[in-house]
Amino acid sequence: MHIVYMQYMCIFIVFTLPTMHFNIHHVNIKYFNITEEAHMQNTNLDSILESRRSQPHQLIEVLQDIQEQHGYISEETMATVSEELGVPLMDVYSVASFYKSFSLKPRGKNVITICTGTACHVRGAKLIVNQANAQLDVAPGETTDDGQFTIEHVNCVGACALAPVVTENGSYHHHMDSGKLRKLIKSLESKDTEENSND
Amino acid sequence: MTKINTVNDLENLRNKILEDREKFRATLVICGGTGCQASRAGGVIDEIKKELDNHGLNESVCLRTTGCHGFCEQGPLIVIEPDNLFYCHVTPDDVHEIITKTILNNEIVERLLYTDPVSGNLIKTESEIPFYKAQDRQILTQNRQVDPCSIEDYIAIGGYTALGKTLFEMSPESVVQEIMDSELRGRGGGGFPTGLKWAECREAPGDEKYVICNADEGDPGAYMDRCVLEGNPHLVLEGMLIGAWAIGASQGHIYVRNEYPLAVDNIRVAVQQARESGLLGDGILGSKFSFDVEISRGGGAFVCGESTALMASLEGKVGEPKPKDVHTVIDGLWHKPTTLNNVETWANVPAIMKNGSSAFAAKGSKGSKGTKILALTGCIKNTGLVEVEMGTPIKNIVFDIGGGANNEKPVKAVQTGGPSGGCLPVEKFDLPVDFDELYDAGSMIGSGGMVVMDEETCMVDVAKYFLTFLQDESCGKCVPCRIGVSRMLEIVTDITEGRGKLEQINLLEELGDTLSHTALCGLGKTAANPVLSTLRYFREEYEIHIEEKKCPAGVCQELITYAIDPESCTFCGLCKKACPHNAITGEKKQAHEIDLGLCIKCGICRSECKFESIIIN
Repeated sequence: MHIVYMQYMCIFIVFTLPTMHFNIHHVNIKYFNITEEAHMQNTNLDSILESRRSQPHQLIEVLQDIQEQHGYISEETMATVSEELGVPLMDVYSVASFYKSFSLKPRGKNVITICTGTACHVRGAKLIVNQANAQLDVAPGETTDDGQFTIEHVNCVGACALAPVVTENGSYHHHMDSGKLRKLIKSLESKDTEENSND
Repeated sequence: MTKINTVNDLENLRNKILEDREKFRATLVICGGTGCQASRAGGVIDEIKKELDNHGLNESVCLRTTGCHGFCEQGPLIVIEPDNLFYCHVTPDDVHEIITKTILNNEIVERLLYTDPVSGNLIKTESEIPFYKAQDRQILTQNRQVDPCSIEDYIAIGGYTALGKTLFEMSPESVVQEIMDSELRGRGGGGFPTGLKWAECREAPGDEKYVICNADEGDPGAYMDRCVLEGNPHLVLEGMLIGAWAIGASQGHIYVRNEYPLAVDNIRVAVQQARESGLLGDGILGSKFSFDVEISRGGGAFVCGESTALMASLEGKVGEPKPKDVHTVIDGLWHKPTTLNNVETWANVPAIMKNGSSAFAAKGSKGSKGTKILALTGCIKNTGLVEVEMGTPIKNIVFDIGGGANNEKPVKAVQTGGPSGGCLPVEKFDLPVDFDELYDAGSMIGSGGMVVMDEETCMVDVAKYFLTFLQDESCGKCVPCRIGVSRMLEIVTDITEGRGKLEQINLLEELGDTLSHTALCGLGKTAANPVLSTLRYFREEYEIHIEEKKCPAGVCQELITYAIDPESCTFCGLCKKACPHNAITGEKKQAHEIDLGLCIKCGICRSECKFESIIIN
């Protein structure tokens, strides 16, 4: 059964990989310069791969660092990682798409992560998801059309005693409710507008 | 950093550290765990540093930033030693007063003291607070005594002396025997006897062996391992060193969740410090024992908490479990004999070596020895991390330590063991925290999550929540889990949306039974527990959903409607403003109404209303 399943996966990947579409052109990239960014990413990639080249077992660690520094894992990055670590591209894609830590699409400027662990669930995490969904018109895992917000959910951030918990660009917000999230999103929106008008 | 080459060096260093500390007349201990950091403890720490500087107190008052103290709900927390004065909900604005009154003039700032919610009395010290009083904090107590980024703090409380004793006074066989005699069982969920695991791995053929610390704490609602690794990483390292020496391993791995950034940072610092001190590396403490540790961050897959999937992930592969016809103690990481234990299990090892197996086994119940750390959360007053003697009844934990329900709704159930565990009704609260007794009752201790639920929690929705989680987390390798969980979720969804039929309950039980007998790994084998336990204890809730198309707790969206109670509504307009779907109409100071055609029952209006005027029909 497992072999059949793997074969299916292989066929799927062979057919989908060349056409993987990252929608980068749909994202409003006003806030960064793409050439500079590409150059920066190459430099970063070099330092991430340093001392890990030709070590296939370092794949997940390498992808973790790329995700952390680039915000997502692009098709080009996967190809470079495949070559440098000596792991078939199919396996790199397989690992990158299996683990939740990795995003294959660029994420928004603000990443709002809603904890949906059991403790948060019984204290109303669903309401917070509903609020984010209604206010930004995106479901968890999606990014707004203007590239400003990505909404994600996480199984547990381990701050259960302070449930419900939301993290916004890495900082924690505890005892959240729909009203607090609405204000948080609004404050991030006005901060962005202010920054843009100062440009 | 001072190199520690012998046991004498370790003892001398410890004495020197203690001597250097005699100059301090007080120590400000501030919790810097993830919970308190979320409550902005960082600002309080900065302010304390500034104030100590301003008052020239750096030489006489020690500031110690520690890992989690457990009482996260009350954070940020400060304990002032030596009297152990306890201040809670401290803000940066309070710091000046703490320094000028308490530190300089021995006066108490009463408004920062803890108020007992039952008696209303102010409580001065940590040990008098009911939340702490009813616990037996064998491991957690050290979290308050050490700065996780200071190896000196750990050495000061006797750290690494158990390792010295093990290396020079005991043989590897006697270490394994000591662990067997202690009857320590794995704290990660399975409850397998740790000594037996070590013995099998020690006897397994091969020169190259590994030890692994499983810090991929994936159970939602559980964070014991995060707090131990984040708050006292050297304790875990010392446990691993002892285990590695006993089984004959020279390389260890720590697999830690990337969602715990502070734990990742602190264990990295600890490993670096241990290397620089010579406590990791070649010829540890002058013995012939060599050992080092590599840290790997998990990729956020729940299934990687399972040992074979975790090992696949360490090898850089997709985290899919393997059949366990040959155990990992014989054929584990890179096909070498491997001992994998959970964070809390490793953390128990140094004390067993130091105080002897009998001291450990003196605590606990017949089949479950020692203490257990639990994450007490949900609908109760005192949420946080608690450590109790094994065998403590659930009711003592929920009502004595947890303080009971956090609102007027009575407690209905407790969910233990995460997605592999089950829900126990309040009538079963006499049951002790014991591996076997909870298993017999259809639940399990698991890694130690304990989520309290009240009358506003729908048990069918809880079953649906866990099935959704498990469907999402199933790696898809075996049919029973991949297909079985999906079919169960479809049925439970039908029930919560008013399409359920009574005969589907039997089908759920049949599917659950098949799943537990045929799935490949622990995740699949236990995936049906949340459904089976809620069916066992809360069957009538399923029946009401099916027969009456009602959700008694008012949770299942398809079975409820919202309405505004004209009696209590003050027409303030808050609900109208909050509704993202413009489903509420009505002018200010006039009766408001919900347009059921537009309402998607998201519940936001109800959570916003300050007068409880949004009612569920």
